[in-house]
Amino acid sequence: MYAQMVETGSKGVRDLESMSEQERAFQQRIDADIKIEPKNWMPEAYRKTLIRQISQHAHSEIVGMLPEGNWVTRAPSLKRKLQLMAKIQDEAGHGLYLYSAMETLGADRDEEVQKMHEGKAKYSSIFNYPTLNWADMGTIGWLVDGAAIVNQVPLQRTSYGPYARAMIRVCKEESFHQRQGYEILLHMMREGNEAQKAMVQDSINRFWWPVLMMFGPSDANSPNSAQSMAWKIKRHSNDELRQRFIDQTIPQLQILGCTVPDPDLRYNEETGHWEFGEIDWSEFYEVLKGNGPCNKERVAQRKKAIDEGAWVREAAVAYANKKQQRKAA
Amino acid sequence: MADWTLFEVFVRSKHGLNHKHVGSVHAADAEMAIENARDLYTRRSEGVSIWVVPSTAITATASDEKEALFDAADDKVYRHASFYELPDEVGHM
Repeated sequence: MYAQMVETGSKGVRDLESMSEQERAFQQRIDADIKIEPKNWMPEAYRKTLIRQISQHAHSEIVGMLPEGNWVTRAPSLKRKLQLMAKIQDEAGHGLYLYSAMETLGADRDEEVQKMHEGKAKYSSIFNYPTLNWADMGTIGWLVDGAAIVNQVPLQRTSYGPYARAMIRVCKEESFHQRQGYEILLHMMREGNEAQKAMVQDSINRFWWPVLMMFGPSDANSPNSAQSMAWKIKRHSNDELRQRFIDQTIPQLQILGCTVPDPDLRYNEETGHWEFGEIDWSEFYEVLKGNGPCNKERVAQRKKAIDEGAWVREAAVAYANKKQQRKAA
Repeated sequence: MADWTLFEVFVRSKHGLNHKHVGSVHAADAEMAIENARDLYTRRSEGVSIWVVPSTAITATASDEKEALFDAADDKVYRHASFYELPDEVGHM
């Protein structure tokens, strides 16, 4: 989701008998739902997988500020502008909670950020799509943050303590994001003119399939899932979470009075689930490879922010040194 | 960022309660760490007071000492009020 296709380096989950004593004790601790903390022994593959997953999650929060930042100066009212800025500030906060959790595993923040800039570390595919009209701010809050919540709620019980605690904090704040997004759309649909209503439908049409892709490939094509599930750094399969999201979202879509661009969508009375059409996975893999509509722009903007902010970081150090010298004098 | 100090952040949520560890921030010095912690951990009135402590100043128990340090308390049930049985007519004590 915010972390997609996280490589575990595993060639299959091993059973307890074939593990070393240390590894077995570790796995039994996880099986008993006891949290793993930074100073506990952990297999190198667990540590590396977590660093990949948490850094990808953190990068997503940070890059996720860019599509929304695009509309701050063009928000339709001061109220909407303040709400949007509060949401974007939250995303920065979420990124920082996650980078801190990642650092407890011995990873260096600057190095991990550098990996993203070099294209070696990913962030969620969803942020490589452009925000073309104001309704996109509503759709992102409602659908993108909505999908994020479905993924993050189970991660509050993930096996690594600092990651689970960061998720608890993040989840508390996400529901504001989703509600403010949905309210933007509801307001446009109920109070808006025809052109504004058309904007909402256009926005949902563009975001629907990319949002479903956020959950990652179908279970059949998700080779790392079994190991991540055994380690409890992933608690439900991609398809399971995607279905949960669709089931809770379609009734909200109907209240809006909008549709999704899927002719195969239908409710199955027997199962109680919404069935949906085939996802175009070739698009997903192209975006992951760096060929989405905005990949280059997003990474370039992140690099620019780091480079142009260098003087602020230097000034902070210079100021701290000066204060210290004054104290000593 | 690498040349900034890592600080652990403790927030007192309401007057009268203890400061509680909430996470960490990087900063050039302690005062700026307080400012960063304010922005990061108290955006929704979560606190009335913040402490920051350089992470290196914290000494912690080691995980392999857990049994030696804490198991000793496990067999001392008589340290809990519920250990003592009193007749019902005594009421709440």
